[in-house]
Amino acid sequence: MTGAPAIEVRGLRREFRVRQGLFAPPKQVIAVDDVSFAVPAGSVLGVVGESGCGKSTLARLILGLLEPTAGDVLVDGQRLSGMDRRARARLIQPVFQDPFASLNPKRRVRDIVAMPLLAQGSIGRAEMDRRVDEALDRVGLSIHQGTRVPAQLSGGQRQRVAIARALVLRPRIVVCDEPTSALDVSVQAQILNLLAELRTDLGLTYLFISHNLAVVEHIASEVAVMYLGRIVERTESESLFAAPRHPYTRALLASVLTPEPGLGVPDVGLGDIMPDPANIPPGCRFHPRCPVAIGICSTEAPKPAHGAAGLVECHLA
Amino acid sequence: MPAGRGAKLLRNPGFVIGALIVGLATVIAVIAPWIVPYDPFAIDLQRRLVPPSFMEGGSSLNFLGTDQLGRDYFSRLIYGTRISMVIGVLTVITSGIIGITMGVLGGFYGGKIDDFVVFCITTRLSIPAVLVALAVAALRGSSFMLVVLVLGFLLWDRFAVVARSTTMQIRNLDYVSAAWCAGASQWWVLTREVLPNIATHLAVVATLEMALAILLEAALSFLGLGVPPPLPSWGLMISEAKEYMFFEPWVIMIPGAALFVLVLGVNFLGDALRDMMGTDLSR
Repeated sequence: MTGAPAIEVRGLRREFRVRQGLFAPPKQVIAVDDVSFAVPAGSVLGVVGESGCGKSTLARLILGLLEPTAGDVLVDGQRLSGMDRRARARLIQPVFQDPFASLNPKRRVRDIVAMPLLAQGSIGRAEMDRRVDEALDRVGLSIHQGTRVPAQLSGGQRQRVAIARALVLRPRIVVCDEPTSALDVSVQAQILNLLAELRTDLGLTYLFISHNLAVVEHIASEVAVMYLGRIVERTESESLFAAPRHPYTRALLASVLTPEPGLGVPDVGLGDIMPDPANIPPGCRFHPRCPVAIGICSTEAPKPAHGAAGLVECHLA
Repeated sequence: MPAGRGAKLLRNPGFVIGALIVGLATVIAVIAPWIVPYDPFAIDLQRRLVPPSFMEGGSSLNFLGTDQLGRDYFSRLIYGTRISMVIGVLTVITSGIIGITMGVLGGFYGGKIDDFVVFCITTRLSIPAVLVALAVAALRGSSFMLVVLVLGFLLWDRFAVVARSTTMQIRNLDYVSAAWCAGASQWWVLTREVLPNIATHLAVVATLEMALAILLEAALSFLGLGVPPPLPSWGLMISEAKEYMFFEPWVIMIPGAALFVLVLGVNFLGDALRDMMGTDLSR
């Protein structure tokens, strides 16, 4: 935890209105609720949680694809909201989950990678070619592969194209939203190693979102656990995996020990009730599924406790 | 992979037949003045309702015989191709511009704009085309341009529906998100990310609309609401021939067959395009 934060998120909140029917009043869904964190330059914050916990919404808020209801995102101390789209693109770039959906099927790989440069509108042809070649080379794609269309590439190669596109503007932050979960297991490791290598070579800062704890343990220096839109525990990676403090984290970690290949979302062993962001329980939002809940949990929400080891939101921690 | 896709299309018999028919019709429409044996408007009252040369009582002078005013039927049929093709193409262009613009804007921006687009589509769908044609013909008299405009302003709904739904799907795909994150402008996202990826769907709609426009023109002309006489529209030829159909059935069969073949060809093309799209999506 050294150095100034490369990216800082302050009190980020996002509500959705969901229409229930023609006459029913719209219901409010709080997808991201008062999320704050700071990531020092050159490190990786892993964000984990079940599907529906708001981690993808968080990614879209940080990328500016969604407007936050409240809160700020700062990169190098500059607020992203209200910033020119092109200036923002030079600071923060995404790598999405599914490389079959994140590349325009009608365009050649070179054009896909060149697109962020072209959108800047101030970069010459020769400079652009040079930087596209450089980006393709960095992710391990040949010049020849640059002339192909996405349909002619494998899943792993496509994800490399997506990474090259994210790197071509030399951003400070890369938001990886489940970058390996759509890939074959054999390819996942290659992509993870590539991301780790690029981080040290280029001094990137990652926000790494995943439901896969093993992947996060491999790459993240700090981990935030999300439950129903809130970060319930955040600590350095090693201490989180060694000594989880929140009961939800413990359940998540226990589920990793039972390998379930083929199943994307781990069975967290907390029963069949899925958390519903439209119906957040009173008190501690985890109490209906918590194996160690006590009386106060169902009435009073725990305050976030900042300690030397990080943050935890639990009455018992 | 344009080469592979082209080869796949050429192995599709529907595409080959459709392309041959539509291609031939296009060529005929373009070079009509140079291939007709007679002036299609020249009346010869001495030689009325001469049967085609291959039928009993036919004359070698008129390959497909003559109509009730002694005009050469083959020449009129050739000129009729021109009218059908021009109406088909102009209708697709007009309705395509209207429908695609509305559909893409509604699907892309959503909200109030989309509500307006959906309202327009619903309104349009509740207006019967023949009624509008009748009203316009009653107000302004019938003319060729009026038929094109009426059809163009009435047949855009399918373009709008398809453009809207496909745009809505693509708007939420990650490559559009990636373009936003890369700092691309709205114009860029619309023209480079969205439009190229809905173009094949729109091409299929274009063939459907073209076939529909050709048939509707024939129907309107048959009712006397379309192309005015003496223009040799196929629908008008059928209309003028209907009084003789019990004694000289060929007068109604020849333009009817031409209409059938052309519409069949256009529909074959559309089916082949849709098949190609299906394989494209599964890859």
